[in-house]
Amino acid sequence: MKQTTNIISSADLAVKNRQRDLKVRRFFANAYLWLLLVVLYAPIVLIIVFSFTKSKVLGNWTGFTFGLYENLFTGYDRVAQVYVDPNLYHSVFYTVIIALVSAICATILGTLAAIGIYNMRQRSRNAIRFLNSIPMINPDIITGISLFLLFVFLGISRGLVTVIIAHVVFCTPYVVLSVMPRLSRMNPNIYEAALDLGATPFVALRKVMMPELWPGMLSGFILSITLSIDDFGVTFFTKGSGGIDTLSTYIYADARKGGLTPELRPLFSIIFITMLVLLIIINVRAKKNAEKKK
Amino acid sequence: MSKFLSLIGSRRSWAWPYVLFLVLFVVLPLILIIVYAFQDSEGHFTLQNFVKFFNTSEAVNTFIYSLAIALITTIICLLLGYPAAYIMATAEFRTPQVMAMLFILPMWINFLLRTLATVELFNMFSLPLGEGALLFGMVYDFLPFMIYPIYNNLQKMDHSLIEAAQDLGANRVETFLKVIFPLSTPGIYSGIIMVFMPTVSTFAIAELLTHNKITLFGSLIQRSFGEGGLTMWNYGAALSLIMLIIIALTSFFGEKDDTDTQRGGLV
Repeated sequence: MKQTTNIISSADLAVKNRQRDLKVRRFFANAYLWLLLVVLYAPIVLIIVFSFTKSKVLGNWTGFTFGLYENLFTGYDRVAQVYVDPNLYHSVFYTVIIALVSAICATILGTLAAIGIYNMRQRSRNAIRFLNSIPMINPDIITGISLFLLFVFLGISRGLVTVIIAHVVFCTPYVVLSVMPRLSRMNPNIYEAALDLGATPFVALRKVMMPELWPGMLSGFILSITLSIDDFGVTFFTKGSGGIDTLSTYIYADARKGGLTPELRPLFSIIFITMLVLLIIINVRAKKNAEKKK
Repeated sequence: MSKFLSLIGSRRSWAWPYVLFLVLFVVLPLILIIVYAFQDSEGHFTLQNFVKFFNTSEAVNTFIYSLAIALITTIICLLLGYPAAYIMATAEFRTPQVMAMLFILPMWINFLLRTLATVELFNMFSLPLGEGALLFGMVYDFLPFMIYPIYNNLQKMDHSLIEAAQDLGANRVETFLKVIFPLSTPGIYSGIIMVFMPTVSTFAIAELLTHNKITLFGSLIQRSFGEGGLTMWNYGAALSLIMLIIIALTSFFGEKDDTDTQRGGLV
């Protein structure tokens, strides 16, 4: 009798020990993650904090003010009575234009390509898939230089158009990859049925295929936008010297001149917060959809 | 007209515009790199560009140095990233769901801005900009690219295998070493490729993080296209070809993975 209680209490002890052990491990594991996050986010937080003060360099707090935000939106520094570099606004404008145009082109080209590839025989399908993966594997610098050489070789002067072509090059493969899984889920007979019932290929594409492929196209489009905005290397080699700059190349030139334009700090903060909110929305929506399916 | 319609009607043909586009803007440019690499400025065949590279000890040193930096960055990212991915993917640690997203978020911010933020951080604490800053900045920039594929892989892992190992008497360390780690190697391969490829080819980061004190191979290539006219282009093309070979070898090493879709997986 005595022995059984002993066994029970020692088992109890073991369970308790294991629980305590788990708690300790849990604590250290989470502490490690938070530490890593603090280091990862320190520079970002630093810039956001110092977007609320007007000092030229970071780390020199000269009092809380929305001054830089005001400068950014009005384009004019009332205190110092100077204009904010107009090229900053041009670069934001070009970044948006290039991202939108190249994402639209990539989505159309990529969706058509995905439909075509899906209907091909295995061998040609694999060949095109291989070609499609090249721009994804190639580092920026190789894509940039190879296109630079092409434009020089063909005698095309570099500018807005060449940058957009270059962006379509590295965005389209991702569109193809996000549309393909949608196609394999689709019933291939519906399209044929539409054709048999007298729809032209164009109408059948718009009315039958598009609604099915839409989610894949949308994620390909969003991905293209972010890739385009994020790009530096390819733009750098394809933009030429005609004065076209995206935000990336502007920042690069600005940093090389020594010191960042202070107005970039509020701009960075706004972009970061927007991205954060967008990502949270996308993730929450994805989770809700997943739960609905369950 | 009817012939044209039947051509569009065959959906197979819808890929042709893209195939044409790929040939013109992907295949032809790569061929041009090879052609330029074996030419002198007058367009004659020569091996001079490669001879020049192997005879310039500075260039060879830069090449080896860049490989070393990329390798060290990749190893540090793996050592820091694997535990993070493991902790997030393991249920018993009860990490908040939002954590994984916080680690991935920096991937979506312009890396030049992130790099410059790092520079500002170093400046603020008056730390010297040099090799240390270079490694810190590179790890900082590319750590999310290591964590994400490993995390993805660990999350999709079949948990019954882990339970089976435990039922059969393996302790925690044995389970990890003999079951979890071997199963996660595809994720590790993807992570290594996603970190190594951009670090070995980077050209702006090093300049900014070290105030031009350290030149990496990518910057060497960039410079030969920036200054010096045509002769340098051919030399630059030769250097690009060497880089291309490194990239091809690396991607061959991780061929069986779905590296391509990793970045797309988030949206």
